[in-house]
Amino acid sequence: MEPILSLRKAGFRYSVSWAVKGVDLDVLPGEMLGILGPNGSGKTTLLKLLDGMLLPQEGEVLVHRKSMVTLKRGDVAKVVAMVAQENFFRFAFSVLDVVLMGRFPHLGRLQFEGDKDLEIAVNALRATHSLELSERSIHELSGGEKQRVLLARALAQEPGVILLDEPTSFLDLKYKKEIFDLIASLTKEKGLSVVIVSHDIELVSQYCHRIVMLKNGSVHMTGTPDQVIDAASLESVYDCAVFVDKNPLTGKPRISLKP
Amino acid sequence: MFNDSLHKPPLTPGRVFRLSLIMALVLVLVGVASLLMGTAEVSFQKFMAFASGSLDPDDPAKLIILRIRLPRIILAGLAGFSLALGGVVFQALLRNPLADPFILGVSSGSAFGAIMGILLGFTFSVGIPLISFAGALLAVYLVLALGTRRMGMESSTILLTGVILNAFFTAVIMFFISIVADSRLHTMLFWLYGDLSQSRYAPLVLLTPALIAASLILFSFAKELNLITTGEEIAFQLGVDVEKAKKTCLVLVSLLIGLVVSFSGLIGFVGLIVPHLARMAFGSDHRLLIPVASLGGATFLIAADTLARVLISPSELPVGVITAFLGAPFFLYLLRAKGSQWSRS
Repeated sequence: MEPILSLRKAGFRYSVSWAVKGVDLDVLPGEMLGILGPNGSGKTTLLKLLDGMLLPQEGEVLVHRKSMVTLKRGDVAKVVAMVAQENFFRFAFSVLDVVLMGRFPHLGRLQFEGDKDLEIAVNALRATHSLELSERSIHELSGGEKQRVLLARALAQEPGVILLDEPTSFLDLKYKKEIFDLIASLTKEKGLSVVIVSHDIELVSQYCHRIVMLKNGSVHMTGTPDQVIDAASLESVYDCAVFVDKNPLTGKPRISLKP
Repeated sequence: MFNDSLHKPPLTPGRVFRLSLIMALVLVLVGVASLLMGTAEVSFQKFMAFASGSLDPDDPAKLIILRIRLPRIILAGLAGFSLALGGVVFQALLRNPLADPFILGVSSGSAFGAIMGILLGFTFSVGIPLISFAGALLAVYLVLALGTRRMGMESSTILLTGVILNAFFTAVIMFFISIVADSRLHTMLFWLYGDLSQSRYAPLVLLTPALIAASLILFSFAKELNLITTGEEIAFQLGVDVEKAKKTCLVLVSLLIGLVVSFSGLIGFVGLIVPHLARMAFGSDHRLLIPVASLGGATFLIAADTLARVLISPSELPVGVITAFLGAPFFLYLLRAKGSQWSRS
């Protein structure tokens, strides 16, 4: 399968030391890829390289085999969508307005959203179970509702891959599961690729097809949850003693902190 | 379909056109009413006769309408249009609803430029407006460079920086006015508080096309501005060339403010009051906000200038006094009522 996004020996540094160095990574169609690693291991930097927000000082980023630097911003936005960790709306927009903003890369300079764009936005709202929110102001939503709406905006972009930066960090248990279920169904039903940066090892190992474990800006390990999540690798990456067994319900790795 | 509102996109070109047309009609009505008001009486019959061309050419009403009131009303309209548009664009780019060309020090930067132009002997038709534009650009550069270094654009630091710049530019202007024994400069004191009474047709010929061109280009950036209000990184991710959009908009707004200040002086708070009311009435989408707030700004300043003419008739006030009387309490109200929701840095 041809990868949608690829990093080739990509490196980025904000100042002297490399935040990400020598990373090779392919994001394949339809896969749910988790990026794990401790604070400061380069997770968010990696996501920003995939998104084109940062351009690598070493190596390159490829979008459908074409170098990111040769593409117009609008063309990247047709392939890659991002749900950022923090979203703050200074001015009041309705939920439908926000989701329609996802159509921006598909519209001409003076073009307004038409019936087709509305249909895409409504379908995106429906897919994220937030159609009933469409007329509410974005300011009135709870954390979980807002996250679903932002996911709907990303869907309205009709991208090949959605990048999510800590999508569940402010959510309680129920909404965490809801968001991950939603993302899993999108990859299954729409063939979308999803890249998730998270601190939640448990959720990532339950849901993701493949995990990239980062340590000090480099890839420590890549593979299926079964291959990557074991006590030895987690202890070496997170510097914290853990016990790993199998979740009796799913058979996926389950992590417990050692007392 | 879930409900009726989902059958049609929330904003269509037709809706923008219809609401803009209504705002334009209100503008014309207020403009006509303003023509009839003032120290010398001009009756409605006289006005209708003038409008249909049947007024006696020697009638003093014709002189009052054509030579005194009309150029002044047109200038008030152009200035109000530009100041409100400047407020809308600054508020979007800085993601701060309290940003206004006057509060940010951009207006006084233009006035500083204009005073320099007068001292250097530039002409009022081209040289002074251009150096006033340069002054606006300087102020925009300073307020962004000094006010956003660490705190990010949303923080109130940028407003404080603007207030300080404003004080500094005003002090420099007063310094030059004080040391130069030029009687022309003393008349500039009135201009410092916003004065539309010296309006003539000739400068409007330069001003009008420049303002139309700048407004149309700014309107073409409306969708980008929508996205930028939700965060620069998010706008970038959705495909906006943020740097290009910001630079273009800042230069065009500086042009609008620079030109307007060189003709009308320092008129504050139009860019604060009008965009806020427009947002409350029509929402935050800049494709609608830009035309309705600009036309609303024109209407507002014509009304304010009419008050300035008639309140203490036969004498008159600088229009900036009226807008500050209204604007300063409005600013404080916004800060108190909505401050907590905007205080996130």
